[in-house]
Amino acid sequence: MEHGRHPAHPTPMTYLKVAAILAIVTFIEWAIFFAPESMDSIKLTVFSVLSVMKFALVVMFYMHLKFDERLFSMFFVGGLTLASGVIIALLVLFQALL
Amino acid sequence: MEHTEAAPHAEHATTTGIDHRKMLIWAFLGSECMFFGSLIATYLVYYGQSISGPGPADVLDINTTTVSTFVLLMSSLMMVLSYSAISKGDVKRFRVWILCTAILGSTFLGFQFFEFTEFAHHHQEFECPPALDRPAQYPDTACMDGATHYEANYGLTPRTNLFGSTFFTLTGFHGAHVTVGVIWLLSLFGYSFRRRGEDLIRDGGLNVDLAALYWHFVDIVWIVIFTVVYLIGVTVA
Repeated sequence: MEHGRHPAHPTPMTYLKVAAILAIVTFIEWAIFFAPESMDSIKLTVFSVLSVMKFALVVMFYMHLKFDERLFSMFFVGGLTLASGVIIALLVLFQALL
Repeated sequence: MEHTEAAPHAEHATTTGIDHRKMLIWAFLGSECMFFGSLIATYLVYYGQSISGPGPADVLDINTTTVSTFVLLMSSLMMVLSYSAISKGDVKRFRVWILCTAILGSTFLGFQFFEFTEFAHHHQEFECPPALDRPAQYPDTACMDGATHYEANYGLTPRTNLFGSTFFTLTGFHGAHVTVGVIWLLSLFGYSFRRRGEDLIRDGGLNVDLAALYWHFVDIVWIVIFTVVYLIGVTVA
């Protein structure tokens, strides 16, 4: 159902599918955590990728950023970019990169 | 205060054509990104800098936190379903889903309270030092009678070390945000009984949408904390 400028949002079935993916990815993260220590270097990359994936799914489908006004994306991505910049700058300044 | 009744789903006259409240919540969430970004940066800068234990690998329990993460993710599902229900004018389903969201949010807070308490009372087994190395006033009798190991309190509080300070600041602020979210959700649940929820249905459920955006934001912040502090933090330690 459309409400004026409100764009069409996903159906409850789509929300359920996204929730299932989020649950599966969380389970995969848990399983990888207990993988042998020899895989530690790969683990960090996999954790980061899976985290970004979960983050993007929630933002795009649950927060409707994929369907809503571009201006909202600009506000959010702007803040996110600044936050990432602060994190990287501080890590470099204090030579604390993992 | 008297105010004129807006027609259902009427658009506000703004220069952008977008409701100011929705614009404001996104601007707020953008600033919240910077707030949590600073806290995460501080945690990472001080990571591994503590001169005494316990560290992440000593206290963090991935099994428990994975369950609490799952709970928070499912609360986001409940939240989006409640928004979907109210945007279709289904107040009864909205009440069910939003109450489920608040319950799951409270469950997450319960996990966090349990975790913090466990950390503060954490005990660990230590190896007894050689008899000659023991100071004269060696505190207890744990290592007497040929014992090779002893158990002692190895708790983590915000004052214990740098890890404790940064960890509790980051996760504590997140917990405070979840608490505010639960109060917000419960207030919407209570509000839905006023005039049979007509006020919430108006504007396509915008009031619920605003709360939902805040709730999902709290969820995505936890996704980052779970990865950085717990999964990567313990793996690297």
